[in-house]
Amino acid sequence: MRGFAAGAAVLGAPPVLAQTGPRVVVVGGGFAGASFARALKREDRTIAVALVEPSEHYTACPMSNAVITGLRDIGAQHFGYGGLEDDGIVHVPQRVVRVDAARRRAVLADEVMLDYDRLVVAPGIDMRFDAIPGYDAAAAELLPHAWKAGEQTLLLRRQLEAMEDGGLVVISAPPNPFRCPPGPYERASLVAHFLKTRKPRSKLLILDAKDAFSKQRLFEQAWSELYPGLVEWVSLSFGGKVTEVDAPARTLTTEFGSHRAAVANVIPPQRAGAIATTIGVADQTGWCPIDPVTFESRLTPNVHVIGDAAIGGAMPKSAFTANAQAKACASALAGLLRGREPESPKLINTCYSLIAPDQAVSIAGVYQPANGLLAEVQGAGGTSPLDAPRSVREEEGANAQAWFETITQEAFG
Amino acid sequence: MSRTLVSVPKTAKVGEVIDIRAMIAHPMETGYRMGPNGQAIPRKIIRHFACEYDGEEVFSAEFHPAVSANPFVAFSTVATKSGALTFRWTDDDGKVETASAEIAVS
Repeated sequence: MRGFAAGAAVLGAPPVLAQTGPRVVVVGGGFAGASFARALKREDRTIAVALVEPSEHYTACPMSNAVITGLRDIGAQHFGYGGLEDDGIVHVPQRVVRVDAARRRAVLADEVMLDYDRLVVAPGIDMRFDAIPGYDAAAAELLPHAWKAGEQTLLLRRQLEAMEDGGLVVISAPPNPFRCPPGPYERASLVAHFLKTRKPRSKLLILDAKDAFSKQRLFEQAWSELYPGLVEWVSLSFGGKVTEVDAPARTLTTEFGSHRAAVANVIPPQRAGAIATTIGVADQTGWCPIDPVTFESRLTPNVHVIGDAAIGGAMPKSAFTANAQAKACASALAGLLRGREPESPKLINTCYSLIAPDQAVSIAGVYQPANGLLAEVQGAGGTSPLDAPRSVREEEGANAQAWFETITQEAFG
Repeated sequence: MSRTLVSVPKTAKVGEVIDIRAMIAHPMETGYRMGPNGQAIPRKIIRHFACEYDGEEVFSAEFHPAVSANPFVAFSTVATKSGALTFRWTDDDGKVETASAEIAVS
């Protein structure tokens, strides 16, 4: 609460927000929220920015599949908010419990109220524990989703390490839309590498609620070249959709059969982080409709939504997207707060996926507002070449590491 | 030979409503699409699907070009006696794919 006088803040904005120019409150300190707060300060130092985030540090999801498979320490995923505070952003370690949109006021769990000119909501995702019968929060303690980095990541890692050689590992992949579209398949690649090197009699089964997935041909080529006979992918049409889970028995039932796993990683359907529903910016899909130029909510005025929680049209839910949307939103907001018309942004996304510890493949896309959504600019993106030599994959592996360092530096300082 | 998948409960009680699922791997080519050579891709779809339970038809459906690739059908029937459920998919050329599953009813 550096810079805050909590007692005096109860009836209005904290002094640090009240004294200066426009006030912007950011909810959520992930890639979207942190990138946004810093980008807005860069746009206009006179804007007072408060970041409301209960955690003392953020645990990044990109590269966490390497943590699961023992290639990386979880500490390498932790990022604090000291860099943001150095920029003059106030980190408020609290939860938002309510927003009074008419008064433009956010109420925190300790009843401190923050008045804002604009509220930026970046809550990321929550698992839908009502989507697969038998898969609730308690079941996730037995069959981890590991789709938000942290304790779940370490739980899946411990289960893989403890598994006997010859066990069946099952990954259940969700239907669209969900966080990190290539993520389940990067995870499958690294789990396959782990099994091949540590438990070579084991098998990996991917049960998928989709008939196609991101970078599919690149992943399938990697699996057949690097891990022949180890990975089996079952599509929706061929009985890949998990319809029921028996967590204590580690059994996943599909439309055409059931599978008993030694280790099961159930990645369930998702929705915007719960606070989005509380604030009133999520619609019946569970995600948040936005204006693609300003990222302002279509449901609540003066509230903007960025990152995984937003309905990004063709843009995938990724850290790169969150960072790109954060910068576009910061630019639009800095203008709006000074009475300028925002310009239509062009946004870029790139996703690297590790197919082995030192090899990666990538996909890139360019997006711009069209017909009220973010649409892909045709012919502007692409994927890594098929049938590329190992040196190309290794170069992209190095690029993936460099990308992670760059984006976390930009978001967290 | 197309791949088929069927799901029928192994056991049921007399009078119980049972859920049945059936899928065939098939492109369901509509005939309306243009190939890369500029020529129309010939239509090739499953036209008729039927399920018989112990020799009696309990479900059938006509498929049309708007039905997706790998058509998936789920329906229910009443378990009456032990026996075989047989599934038949007939395509435009009259070629038939079949699958079957046994159910024990007590």
